[in-house]
Amino acid sequence: MALPAYATLPQRLWHYTYLAICAIVLFFLVMPLIAVIPLSFSKSPFLHFTPELLALDPDAFSLRWYRIMMGDCSDPGITTVCSDRWKDGAWNSLRIGLAATILATTLGILCALGLSRPHMPFRKGIMALMISPLIVPLIITASGLFFAFAKWQLVSTFTGMILAHTVLGLPFVVITVTATLVGFDTNLMKAAASLGGTPVRSFFKVQLPLITPGVISGALFAFITSFDEVVIVLFIGGQNQITLPRQMWSGIRQEISPTILSVATILVILSILLLTTVELLRRRTERLRGVSPG
Amino acid sequence: MEKNPPALVVDNLRKRFGLEEVLKGLSLNANEGDVISMLGASGSGKSTFLRCINLLEIPDSGSVTVRGETIHMATDRAGNPAPADMRQVVRLRAQLGMVFQNFNLWSHMTVLDNVAEALIHVLKLSKIEAYERAQATLEKVGLSDRRDYYPAHISGGQQQRAAIARALAMEPAVMLFDEPTSALDPELVGEVLKVMRTLADEGRTMLVVTHEIGFARDVSNRVIFLHEGLIETEGTPQAMFSNPESDRFRQFLSNTLH
Repeated sequence: MALPAYATLPQRLWHYTYLAICAIVLFFLVMPLIAVIPLSFSKSPFLHFTPELLALDPDAFSLRWYRIMMGDCSDPGITTVCSDRWKDGAWNSLRIGLAATILATTLGILCALGLSRPHMPFRKGIMALMISPLIVPLIITASGLFFAFAKWQLVSTFTGMILAHTVLGLPFVVITVTATLVGFDTNLMKAAASLGGTPVRSFFKVQLPLITPGVISGALFAFITSFDEVVIVLFIGGQNQITLPRQMWSGIRQEISPTILSVATILVILSILLLTTVELLRRRTERLRGVSPG
Repeated sequence: MEKNPPALVVDNLRKRFGLEEVLKGLSLNANEGDVISMLGASGSGKSTFLRCINLLEIPDSGSVTVRGETIHMATDRAGNPAPADMRQVVRLRAQLGMVFQNFNLWSHMTVLDNVAEALIHVLKLSKIEAYERAQATLEKVGLSDRRDYYPAHISGGQQQRAAIARALAMEPAVMLFDEPTSALDPELVGEVLKVMRTLADEGRTMLVVTHEIGFARDVSNRVIFLHEGLIETEGTPQAMFSNPESDRFRQFLSNTLH
Protein backbone atom coordinates (compact mmCIF):
# COMPACT_ATOMS: atom_id res chain seq x y z
CA MET A 1 0.00 0.00 0.00
CA ALA A 2 2.99 2.30 0.31
CA LEU A 3 3.13 5.06 -2.26
CA PRO A 4 6.16 4.91 -4.58
CA ALA A 5 8.49 7.93 -4.50
CA TYR A 6 7.75 8.77 -8.13
CA ALA A 7 3.95 9.01 -7.66
CA THR A 8 2.40 12.03 -9.35
CA LEU A 9 0.16 14.53 -7.55
CA PRO A 10 -3.15 13.01 -8.82
CA GLN A 11 -1.87 9.58 -7.80
CA ARG A 12 -1.07 10.88 -4.33
CA LEU A 13 -4.46 12.56 -4.05
CA TRP A 14 -6.28 9.40 -5.12
CA HIS A 15 -4.19 7.31 -2.74
CA TYR A 16 -5.23 9.35 0.29
CA THR A 17 -8.87 9.63 -0.86
CA TYR A 18 -8.89 5.85 -1.22
CA LEU A 19 -7.53 5.36 2.29
CA ALA A 20 -10.12 7.80 3.65
CA ILE A 21 -12.98 5.93 1.93
CA CYS A 22 -11.73 2.65 3.38
CA ALA A 23 -11.53 4.18 6.84
CA ILE A 24 -15.08 5.54 6.63
CA VAL A 25 -16.49 2.20 5.48
CA LEU A 26 -14.73 0.36 8.28
CA PHE A 27 -15.86 2.98 10.79
CA PHE A 28 -19.53 2.56 9.86
CA LEU A 29 -19.26 -1.21 9.91
CA VAL A 30 -17.49 -1.52 13.22
CA MET A 31 -18.75 1.47 15.21
CA PRO A 32 -22.18 0.08 16.17
CA LEU A 33 -20.46 -3.02 17.50
CA ILE A 34 -17.89 -1.08 19.46
CA ALA A 35 -20.43 1.35 20.91
CA VAL A 36 -22.15 -1.53 22.64
CA ILE A 37 -19.09 -2.55 24.63
CA PRO A 38 -18.62 0.48 26.98
CA LEU A 39 -22.38 0.81 27.49
CA SER A 40 -22.57 -2.77 28.72
CA PHE A 41 -20.20 -1.82 31.55
CA SER A 42 -22.22 1.26 32.49
CA LYS A 43 -23.80 1.52 35.91
CA SER A 44 -26.75 3.46 34.58
CA PRO A 45 -29.82 1.42 33.58
CA PHE A 46 -30.36 3.66 30.55
CA LEU A 47 -28.91 3.03 27.13
CA HIS A 48 -26.94 6.22 26.67
CA PHE A 49 -23.48 7.58 27.31
CA THR A 50 -23.67 9.54 30.58
CA PRO A 51 -21.13 12.38 31.11
CA GLU A 52 -19.48 10.31 33.87
CA LEU A 53 -19.07 7.42 31.46
CA LEU A 54 -17.45 9.68 28.88
CA ALA A 55 -15.16 11.14 31.58
CA LEU A 56 -14.02 7.56 32.35
CA ASP A 57 -15.10 7.98 35.97
CA PRO A 58 -14.55 4.55 37.63
CA ASP A 59 -17.80 4.96 39.59
CA ALA A 60 -19.81 5.04 36.39
CA PHE A 61 -18.69 1.52 35.45
CA SER A 62 -19.92 -1.75 36.88
CA LEU A 63 -20.39 -5.40 36.07
CA ARG A 64 -23.97 -5.46 37.32
CA TRP A 65 -25.51 -6.28 33.92
CA TYR A 66 -23.11 -9.17 33.52
CA ARG A 67 -24.13 -10.43 36.98
CA ILE A 68 -27.78 -10.18 36.06
CA MET A 69 -27.07 -11.94 32.79
CA MET A 70 -25.53 -14.81 34.75
CA GLY A 71 -28.72 -15.07 36.83
CA ASP A 72 -27.39 -13.27 39.93
CA CYS A 73 -30.46 -11.41 41.21
CA SER A 74 -28.90 -9.90 44.35
CA ASP A 75 -28.56 -6.47 42.67
CA PRO A 76 -30.78 -4.04 44.66
CA GLY A 77 -31.46 -1.78 41.71
CA ILE A 78 -32.99 -4.42 39.48
CA THR A 79 -35.96 -3.03 37.59
CA THR A 80 -36.34 -5.85 35.12
CA VAL A 81 -37.10 -9.54 35.21
CA CYS A 82 -34.17 -11.45 36.62
CA SER A 83 -33.83 -15.16 36.05
CA ASP A 84 -31.67 -17.81 34.46
CA ARG A 85 -33.24 -17.11 31.09
CA TRP A 86 -29.96 -15.83 29.52
CA LYS A 87 -28.07 -18.88 30.64
CA ASP A 88 -30.89 -21.12 29.44
CA GLY A 89 -30.98 -19.25 26.14
CA ALA A 90 -27.25 -19.64 25.64
CA TRP A 91 -27.46 -23.32 26.47
CA ASN A 92 -30.36 -23.85 24.03
CA SER A 93 -28.56 -21.94 21.29
CA LEU A 94 -25.44 -23.99 21.81
CA ARG A 95 -27.27 -27.30 21.79
CA ILE A 96 -29.37 -26.54 18.74
CA GLY A 97 -26.45 -24.86 16.95
CA LEU A 98 -24.01 -27.72 17.50
CA ALA A 99 -26.50 -30.44 16.58
CA ALA A 100 -27.63 -28.56 13.47
CA THR A 101 -24.00 -27.89 12.48
CA ILE A 102 -23.03 -31.54 12.78
CA LEU A 103 -26.06 -32.63 10.74
CA ALA A 104 -25.67 -29.91 8.11
CA THR A 105 -21.94 -30.57 7.75
CA THR A 106 -22.34 -34.32 7.35
CA LEU A 107 -25.20 -34.03 4.87
CA GLY A 108 -23.56 -31.09 3.09
CA ILE A 109 -20.30 -32.99 2.51
CA LEU A 110 -22.19 -35.98 1.14
CA CYS A 111 -24.24 -33.72 -1.11
CA ALA A 112 -21.18 -31.84 -2.37
CA LEU A 113 -19.40 -35.13 -3.09
CA GLY A 114 -22.36 -36.33 -5.11
CA LEU A 115 -22.66 -33.05 -6.98
CA SER A 116 -18.97 -33.06 -7.87
CA ARG A 117 -19.16 -36.41 -9.64
CA PRO A 118 -18.77 -35.93 -13.38
CA HIS A 119 -21.79 -38.04 -14.32
CA MET A 120 -24.24 -36.69 -11.73
CA PRO A 121 -27.68 -36.26 -13.34
CA PHE A 122 -29.80 -33.13 -12.59
CA ARG A 123 -26.76 -31.48 -11.04
CA LYS A 124 -27.95 -27.91 -11.59
CA GLY A 125 -31.47 -28.63 -10.38
CA ILE A 126 -30.28 -30.29 -7.20
CA MET A 127 -27.77 -27.53 -6.55
CA ALA A 128 -30.49 -24.89 -6.93
CA LEU A 129 -32.72 -26.82 -4.54
CA MET A 130 -29.93 -27.17 -1.98
CA ILE A 131 -29.08 -23.48 -1.91
CA SER A 132 -32.71 -22.29 -2.09
CA PRO A 133 -32.91 -21.62 1.69
CA LEU A 134 -30.36 -18.85 1.05
CA ILE A 135 -32.52 -17.21 -1.60
CA VAL A 136 -36.09 -17.86 -0.50
CA PRO A 137 -37.16 -15.21 2.04
CA LEU A 138 -36.71 -16.60 5.51
CA ILE A 139 -40.30 -15.88 6.46
CA ILE A 140 -41.49 -18.15 3.63
CA THR A 141 -39.16 -20.95 4.68
CA ALA A 142 -40.26 -20.47 8.27
CA SER A 143 -43.98 -20.60 7.57
CA GLY A 144 -43.52 -23.53 5.19
CA LEU A 145 -41.56 -25.43 7.80
CA PHE A 146 -44.19 -24.53 10.39
CA PHE A 147 -47.03 -26.16 8.44
CA ALA A 148 -44.94 -29.19 7.49
CA PHE A 149 -43.63 -29.68 11.00
CA ALA A 150 -47.08 -29.16 12.51
CA LYS A 151 -48.26 -32.22 10.61
CA TRP A 152 -45.38 -34.28 11.99
CA GLN A 153 -45.64 -32.95 15.55
CA LEU A 154 -42.21 -31.34 15.29
CA VAL A 155 -43.26 -27.82 16.27
CA SER A 156 -42.02 -26.79 19.73
CA THR A 157 -39.51 -29.62 19.84
CA PHE A 158 -35.72 -29.63 19.83
CA THR A 159 -35.76 -32.09 16.93
CA GLY A 160 -37.83 -29.65 14.89
CA MET A 161 -35.53 -26.73 15.71
CA ILE A 162 -32.42 -28.75 14.85
CA LEU A 163 -33.90 -29.96 11.55
CA ALA A 164 -34.99 -26.44 10.60
CA HIS A 165 -31.57 -24.97 11.34
CA THR A 166 -29.94 -27.84 9.45
CA VAL A 167 -31.88 -26.77 6.38
CA LEU A 168 -30.62 -23.20 6.82
CA GLY A 169 -27.00 -24.25 7.37
CA LEU A 170 -26.87 -26.80 4.55
CA PRO A 171 -26.35 -24.33 1.66
CA PHE A 172 -23.22 -22.88 3.28
CA VAL A 173 -21.63 -26.30 3.66
CA VAL A 174 -22.65 -27.40 0.15
CA ILE A 175 -21.25 -24.21 -1.40
CA THR A 176 -17.92 -24.12 0.43
CA VAL A 177 -17.26 -27.85 0.12
CA THR A 178 -18.20 -27.89 -3.58
CA ALA A 179 -15.81 -24.99 -4.15
CA THR A 180 -13.04 -26.81 -2.27
CA LEU A 181 -13.65 -29.99 -4.24
CA VAL A 182 -13.08 -28.11 -7.51
CA GLY A 183 -9.46 -27.64 -6.42
CA PHE A 184 -9.12 -31.20 -5.18
CA ASP A 185 -6.82 -33.41 -7.25
CA THR A 186 -8.77 -36.64 -7.79
CA ASN A 187 -5.50 -38.34 -8.71
CA LEU A 188 -4.75 -38.44 -4.98
CA MET A 189 -7.77 -40.71 -4.59
CA LYS A 190 -6.50 -42.85 -7.48
CA ALA A 191 -3.18 -43.15 -5.67
CA ALA A 192 -5.03 -44.33 -2.56
CA ALA A 193 -7.05 -46.81 -4.65
CA SER A 194 -3.90 -48.07 -6.37
CA LEU A 195 -2.48 -48.99 -2.96
CA GLY A 196 -5.50 -51.08 -2.09
CA GLY A 197 -7.49 -48.46 -0.22
CA THR A 198 -11.23 -48.96 -0.10
CA PRO A 199 -13.27 -45.94 -1.26
CA VAL A 200 -14.56 -45.20 2.25
CA ARG A 201 -11.16 -45.42 3.92
CA SER A 202 -9.54 -43.38 1.15
CA PHE A 203 -12.16 -40.72 1.69
CA PHE A 204 -11.50 -40.46 5.42
CA LYS A 205 -7.71 -40.70 5.14
CA VAL A 206 -7.02 -38.65 2.02
CA GLN A 207 -9.92 -36.60 0.73
CA LEU A 208 -11.52 -35.43 3.98
CA PRO A 209 -8.28 -34.13 5.56
CA LEU A 210 -7.49 -32.23 2.37
CA ILE A 211 -10.90 -30.56 2.07
CA THR A 212 -11.04 -29.77 5.80
CA PRO A 213 -10.52 -26.00 5.32
CA GLY A 214 -13.69 -25.85 3.22
CA VAL A 215 -15.54 -28.11 5.62
CA ILE A 216 -14.60 -25.96 8.60
CA SER A 217 -15.60 -22.68 7.03
CA GLY A 218 -18.89 -24.23 5.91
CA ALA A 219 -19.51 -25.62 9.39
CA LEU A 220 -18.67 -22.25 10.92
CA PHE A 221 -21.18 -20.48 8.68
CA ALA A 222 -23.79 -23.12 9.48
CA PHE A 223 -23.19 -22.69 13.20
CA ILE A 224 -23.33 -18.89 13.08
CA THR A 225 -26.49 -19.02 10.96
CA SER A 226 -28.17 -21.16 13.58
CA PHE A 227 -26.71 -19.18 16.45
CA ASP A 228 -28.11 -15.79 15.39
CA GLU A 229 -31.32 -16.97 13.76
CA VAL A 230 -34.58 -15.60 15.18
CA VAL A 231 -37.37 -15.95 12.60
CA ILE A 232 -37.45 -19.74 12.53
CA VAL A 233 -37.26 -19.86 16.32
CA LEU A 234 -40.35 -17.66 16.52
CA PHE A 235 -42.26 -20.09 14.30
CA ILE A 236 -40.93 -23.50 15.31
CA GLY A 237 -39.51 -22.99 18.80
CA GLY A 238 -41.69 -23.36 21.86
CA GLN A 239 -41.22 -22.25 25.46
CA ASN A 240 -38.45 -24.81 25.93
CA GLN A 241 -36.55 -23.83 22.80
CA ILE A 242 -35.93 -20.16 23.58
CA THR A 243 -32.52 -19.46 22.11
CA LEU A 244 -30.26 -16.51 22.82
CA PRO A 245 -31.42 -14.40 19.83
CA ARG A 246 -35.03 -15.22 20.68
CA GLN A 247 -34.38 -14.09 24.26
CA MET A 248 -32.74 -10.89 23.03
CA TRP A 249 -35.66 -10.26 20.71
CA SER A 250 -38.23 -10.50 23.50
CA GLY A 251 -35.88 -8.66 25.86
CA ILE A 252 -35.69 -5.69 23.51
CA ARG A 253 -39.45 -5.65 23.04
CA GLN A 254 -40.50 -5.97 26.66
CA GLU A 255 -37.86 -4.00 28.50
CA ILE A 256 -34.82 -2.04 27.58
CA SER A 257 -32.11 -3.31 29.85
CA PRO A 258 -28.34 -3.05 29.39
CA THR A 259 -28.23 -6.80 30.07
CA ILE A 260 -28.80 -7.23 26.36
CA LEU A 261 -25.64 -5.20 25.75
CA SER A 262 -23.62 -7.50 27.99
CA VAL A 263 -24.91 -10.48 26.04
CA ALA A 264 -24.04 -8.72 22.78
CA THR A 265 -20.55 -7.92 24.04
CA ILE A 266 -19.95 -11.52 25.01
CA LEU A 267 -21.14 -12.65 21.58
CA VAL A 268 -18.85 -10.17 19.80
CA ILE A 269 -15.85 -11.35 21.82
CA LEU A 270 -16.72 -15.01 21.24
CA SER A 271 -17.01 -14.48 17.47
CA ILE A 272 -13.67 -12.70 17.35
CA LEU A 273 -12.02 -15.51 19.32
CA LEU A 274 -13.63 -18.18 17.15
CA LEU A 275 -12.61 -16.59 13.85
CA THR A 276 -9.09 -15.87 15.09
CA THR A 277 -8.61 -19.46 16.22
CA VAL A 278 -9.82 -20.88 12.93
CA GLU A 279 -7.64 -18.48 10.95
CA LEU A 280 -4.56 -19.30 13.05
CA LEU A 281 -5.18 -23.02 12.60
CA ARG A 282 -5.59 -22.55 8.86
CA ARG A 283 -2.31 -20.64 8.59
CA ARG A 284 -0.51 -23.27 10.60
CA THR A 285 -1.77 -26.04 8.30
CA GLU A 286 -0.82 -24.03 5.25
CA ARG A 287 2.68 -23.42 6.57
CA LEU A 288 3.18 -27.12 7.25
CA ARG A 289 1.83 -28.43 3.99
CA GLY A 290 3.06 -25.71 1.69
CA VAL A 291 0.35 -24.80 -0.77
CA SER A 292 -2.88 -26.39 0.40
CA PRO A 293 -5.79 -27.01 -1.94
CA GLY A 294 -8.81 -24.84 -1.43
CA MET B 1 7.12 -79.71 -9.81
CA GLU B 2 4.53 -77.02 -10.35
CA LYS B 3 5.88 -73.87 -11.83
CA ASN B 4 5.09 -70.53 -10.15
CA PRO B 5 2.41 -68.63 -12.04
CA PRO B 6 3.65 -65.58 -13.95
CA ALA B 7 3.55 -62.32 -12.00
CA LEU B 8 1.14 -60.68 -14.41
CA VAL B 9 -0.83 -61.94 -17.39
CA VAL B 10 -2.97 -59.56 -19.42
CA ASP B 11 -5.12 -61.09 -22.09
CA ASN B 12 -6.76 -59.31 -24.99
CA LEU B 13 -7.52 -56.06 -23.17
CA ARG B 14 -9.86 -53.64 -24.94
CA LYS B 15 -10.91 -50.16 -23.91
CA ARG B 16 -13.04 -47.62 -25.71
CA PHE B 17 -13.51 -43.96 -24.80
CA GLY B 18 -16.65 -42.86 -26.58
CA LEU B 19 -16.18 -43.71 -30.23
CA GLU B 20 -12.45 -44.08 -30.03
CA GLU B 21 -11.01 -47.48 -29.31
CA VAL B 22 -7.85 -46.81 -27.30
CA LEU B 23 -6.83 -50.40 -26.62
CA LYS B 24 -7.57 -52.89 -29.36
CA GLY B 25 -6.79 -56.18 -27.68
CA LEU B 26 -3.49 -55.96 -25.83
CA SER B 27 -1.91 -59.01 -24.27
CA LEU B 28 1.15 -59.21 -22.09
CA ASN B 29 2.90 -61.82 -20.00
CA ALA B 30 5.33 -60.77 -17.30
CA ASN B 31 7.30 -63.41 -15.41
CA GLU B 32 8.81 -62.76 -12.00
CA GLY B 33 11.79 -60.48 -12.41
CA ASP B 34 10.84 -59.19 -15.84
CA VAL B 35 11.45 -55.50 -16.49
CA ILE B 36 9.28 -54.51 -19.41
CA SER B 37 9.49 -51.08 -21.00
CA MET B 38 6.53 -49.84 -22.97
CA LEU B 39 7.26 -47.21 -25.56
CA GLY B 40 4.93 -45.45 -27.92
CA ALA B 41 3.88 -42.06 -29.18
CA SER B 42 1.46 -40.11 -27.03
CA GLY B 43 -2.05 -41.38 -27.62
CA SER B 44 -0.88 -44.91 -28.30
CA GLY B 45 -2.70 -46.14 -25.20
CA LYS B 46 0.28 -46.82 -22.92
CA SER B 47 -1.03 -45.05 -19.85
CA THR B 48 -4.58 -46.31 -20.35
CA PHE B 49 -3.17 -49.80 -20.53
CA LEU B 50 -1.48 -49.42 -17.12
CA ARG B 51 -4.63 -47.94 -15.60
CA CYS B 52 -6.70 -50.82 -16.94
CA ILE B 53 -4.36 -53.34 -15.34
CA ASN B 54 -5.17 -52.15 -11.80
CA LEU B 55 -8.71 -51.18 -12.82
CA LEU B 56 -8.36 -47.46 -12.25
CA GLU B 57 -9.96 -47.56 -15.68
CA ILE B 58 -12.43 -50.37 -16.26
CA PRO B 59 -11.51 -52.28 -19.44
CA ASP B 60 -14.36 -53.16 -21.81
CA SER B 61 -13.16 -56.72 -22.22
CA GLY B 62 -10.16 -58.91 -21.62
CA SER B 63 -8.68 -60.27 -18.44
CA VAL B 64 -5.98 -59.42 -15.93
CA THR B 65 -4.35 -62.16 -13.86
CA VAL B 66 -2.01 -61.35 -10.97
CA ARG B 67 0.09 -64.27 -9.70
CA GLY B 68 -2.46 -66.74 -11.01
CA GLU B 69 -5.56 -64.92 -9.72
CA THR B 70 -7.84 -63.54 -12.42
CA ILE B 71 -9.91 -60.43 -11.70
CA HIS B 72 -13.56 -61.39 -12.09
CA MET B 73 -15.54 -59.08 -14.32
CA ALA B 74 -19.30 -58.74 -14.68
CA THR B 75 -21.71 -56.19 -16.10
CA ASP B 76 -23.51 -53.59 -14.04
CA ARG B 77 -27.20 -52.69 -14.27
CA ALA B 78 -26.56 -50.32 -17.18
CA GLY B 79 -24.83 -53.10 -19.07
CA ASN B 80 -21.33 -51.65 -18.67
CA PRO B 81 -18.45 -53.85 -17.63
CA ALA B 82 -17.68 -53.65 -13.92
CA PRO B 83 -15.66 -55.69 -11.47
CA ALA B 84 -17.72 -58.53 -10.06
CA ASP B 85 -16.12 -58.34 -6.64
CA MET B 86 -14.80 -54.95 -5.57
CA ARG B 87 -13.08 -56.53 -2.58
CA GLN B 88 -11.02 -58.70 -4.89
CA VAL B 89 -10.02 -55.63 -6.92
CA VAL B 90 -9.01 -53.77 -3.77
CA ARG B 91 -6.95 -56.78 -2.65
CA LEU B 92 -5.22 -57.21 -6.00
CA ARG B 93 -4.51 -53.51 -6.36
CA ALA B 94 -2.34 -53.81 -3.28
CA GLN B 95 -0.33 -56.31 -5.34
CA LEU B 96 0.13 -53.83 -8.18
CA GLY B 97 2.23 -50.92 -6.97
CA MET B 98 1.61 -47.90 -9.17
CA VAL B 99 3.89 -44.92 -9.61
CA PHE B 100 2.20 -41.95 -11.26
CA GLN B 101 3.53 -39.30 -13.59
CA ASN B 102 2.60 -36.53 -11.13
CA PHE B 103 3.72 -38.41 -7.98
CA ASN B 104 0.31 -37.96 -6.31
CA LEU B 105 1.77 -37.85 -2.82
CA TRP B 106 -0.76 -36.88 -0.16
CA SER B 107 0.12 -33.33 0.70
CA HIS B 108 -1.28 -33.45 4.24
CA MET B 109 1.12 -36.18 5.36
CA THR B 110 4.87 -36.25 5.80
CA VAL B 111 6.93 -38.41 3.48
CA LEU B 112 7.17 -41.11 6.15
CA ASP B 113 3.40 -41.09 6.76
CA ASN B 114 2.77 -41.30 3.02
CA VAL B 115 4.76 -44.52 2.90
CA ALA B 116 3.41 -45.98 6.15
CA GLU B 117 -0.27 -45.18 5.57
CA ALA B 118 -1.17 -48.13 3.34
CA LEU B 119 1.04 -50.47 5.37
CA ILE B 120 -1.06 -49.70 8.44
CA HIS B 121 -4.51 -49.59 6.86
CA VAL B 122 -4.25 -52.04 3.95
CA LEU B 123 -1.62 -54.56 5.03
CA LYS B 124 -2.75 -54.12 8.68
CA LEU B 125 0.80 -54.02 9.99
CA SER B 126 1.29 -52.70 13.50
CA LYS B 127 2.39 -49.07 13.66
CA ILE B 128 5.88 -50.05 14.79
CA GLU B 129 6.33 -52.57 11.97
CA ALA B 130 4.84 -50.17 9.43
CA TYR B 131 7.13 -47.28 10.36
CA GLU B 132 10.15 -49.58 10.45
CA ARG B 133 9.38 -50.85 6.97
CA ALA B 134 8.60 -47.34 5.72
CA GLN B 135 11.89 -46.09 7.13
CA ALA B 136 13.82 -48.97 5.53
CA THR B 137 12.15 -48.34 2.16
CA LEU B 138 12.93 -44.63 2.34
CA GLU B 139 16.58 -45.50 3.02
CA LYS B 140 16.56 -47.67 -0.08
CA VAL B 141 15.43 -44.75 -2.26
CA GLY B 142 17.88 -42.45 -0.48
CA LEU B 143 15.28 -40.30 1.23
CA SER B 144 15.55 -41.10 4.92
CA ASP B 145 16.80 -37.58 5.69
CA ARG B 146 13.56 -36.16 4.20
CA ARG B 147 11.16 -38.43 6.05
CA ASP B 148 9.61 -35.68 8.18
CA TYR B 149 9.15 -33.23 5.30
CA TYR B 150 5.82 -32.52 3.70
CA PRO B 151 5.72 -33.22 -0.06
CA ALA B 152 5.42 -29.52 -0.93
CA HIS B 153 8.82 -28.88 0.65
CA ILE B 154 10.92 -31.36 -1.35
CA SER B 155 11.97 -31.42 -5.01
CA GLY B 156 10.09 -33.23 -7.76
CA GLY B 157 12.75 -35.93 -7.95
CA GLN B 158 12.50 -36.49 -4.20
CA GLN B 159 8.71 -36.57 -4.42
CA GLN B 160 8.83 -39.21 -7.13
CA ARG B 161 11.31 -41.28 -5.11
CA ALA B 162 8.96 -41.01 -2.12
CA ALA B 163 6.10 -42.15 -4.36
CA ILE B 164 8.21 -45.12 -5.50
CA ALA B 165 8.91 -45.94 -1.84
CA ARG B 166 5.19 -45.73 -1.08
CA ALA B 167 4.39 -48.31 -3.78
CA LEU B 168 7.47 -50.41 -3.07
CA ALA B 169 6.86 -50.75 0.67
CA MET B 170 3.74 -52.78 -0.11
CA GLU B 171 6.01 -55.47 -1.61
CA PRO B 172 3.80 -55.71 -4.69
CA ALA B 173 3.95 -58.52 -7.24
CA VAL B 174 4.41 -56.00 -10.03
CA MET B 175 5.44 -52.34 -10.01
CA LEU B 176 3.63 -50.25 -12.62
CA PHE B 177 5.38 -47.02 -13.63
CA ASP B 178 3.31 -44.49 -15.56
CA GLU B 179 5.84 -42.14 -17.19
CA PRO B 180 7.61 -41.62 -13.86
CA THR B 181 10.09 -39.04 -15.17
CA SER B 182 7.92 -37.06 -17.60
CA ALA B 183 6.89 -34.39 -15.09
CA LEU B 184 10.42 -33.82 -13.80
CA ASP B 185 12.95 -31.15 -14.64
CA PRO B 186 15.73 -32.69 -16.73
CA GLU B 187 18.31 -32.48 -13.95
CA LEU B 188 16.06 -34.48 -11.61
CA VAL B 189 15.39 -37.39 -13.98
CA GLY B 190 18.67 -39.14 -13.17
CA GLU B 191 18.03 -39.75 -9.47
CA VAL B 192 14.65 -41.36 -10.19
CA LEU B 193 16.04 -43.56 -12.97
CA LYS B 194 18.83 -44.62 -10.64
CA VAL B 195 16.33 -45.82 -8.04
CA MET B 196 14.38 -47.69 -10.74
CA ARG B 197 17.57 -49.30 -11.96
CA THR B 198 18.32 -50.50 -8.40
CA LEU B 199 14.88 -52.07 -8.21
CA ALA B 200 15.39 -53.79 -11.54
CA ASP B 201 18.74 -55.14 -10.36
CA GLU B 202 17.02 -56.56 -7.26
CA GLY B 203 14.83 -58.65 -9.53
CA ARG B 204 11.56 -56.73 -9.05
CA THR B 205 8.93 -57.29 -11.70
CA MET B 206 8.37 -53.93 -13.36
CA LEU B 207 6.19 -52.60 -16.14
CA VAL B 208 7.44 -49.19 -17.15
CA VAL B 209 5.69 -46.78 -19.49
CA THR B 210 8.40 -44.33 -20.40
CA HIS B 211 9.96 -41.98 -22.89
CA GLU B 212 13.45 -42.73 -21.58
CA ILE B 213 14.99 -44.69 -24.42
CA GLY B 214 18.19 -45.14 -22.42
CA PHE B 215 16.32 -46.84 -19.56
CA ALA B 216 14.44 -49.10 -21.98
CA ARG B 217 17.66 -50.09 -23.71
CA ASP B 218 19.93 -50.56 -20.71
CA VAL B 219 17.69 -51.75 -17.89
CA SER B 220 14.71 -53.64 -19.26
CA ASN B 221 14.84 -57.17 -20.56
CA ARG B 222 11.89 -56.68 -22.88
CA VAL B 223 10.68 -53.70 -24.87
CA ILE B 224 7.16 -53.31 -26.20
CA PHE B 225 6.28 -50.67 -28.75
CA LEU B 226 2.63 -49.67 -28.88
CA HIS B 227 0.99 -48.07 -31.86
CA GLU B 228 -2.69 -47.04 -31.85
CA GLY B 229 -3.75 -49.48 -29.17
CA LEU B 230 -1.92 -52.49 -30.51
CA ILE B 231 1.51 -53.99 -29.95
CA GLU B 232 3.41 -52.99 -33.07
CA THR B 233 6.59 -54.82 -32.18
CA GLU B 234 8.31 -56.30 -29.15
CA GLY B 235 11.52 -58.05 -28.27
CA THR B 236 14.72 -57.86 -26.31
CA PRO B 237 16.35 -54.43 -26.17
CA GLN B 238 19.32 -55.71 -28.15
CA ALA B 239 17.14 -56.93 -30.99
CA MET B 240 14.83 -53.93 -30.87
CA PHE B 241 17.41 -51.17 -30.83
CA SER B 242 20.25 -52.56 -32.90
CA ASN B 243 18.05 -53.86 -35.65
CA PRO B 244 14.49 -52.53 -35.50
CA GLU B 245 12.22 -54.58 -37.72
CA SER B 246 9.28 -52.23 -37.64
CA ASP B 247 9.40 -49.10 -39.76
CA ARG B 248 7.11 -47.32 -37.30
CA PHE B 249 9.44 -48.13 -34.41
CA ARG B 250 12.43 -46.94 -36.41
CA GLN B 251 10.52 -43.75 -37.17
CA PHE B 252 9.61 -43.35 -33.47
CA LEU B 253 13.23 -43.81 -32.43
CA SER B 254 14.55 -41.27 -34.88
CA ASN B 255 11.88 -38.77 -33.75
CA THR B 256 12.64 -39.34 -30.09
CA LEU B 257 16.41 -39.24 -30.35
CA HIS B 258 16.55 -35.94 -32.19
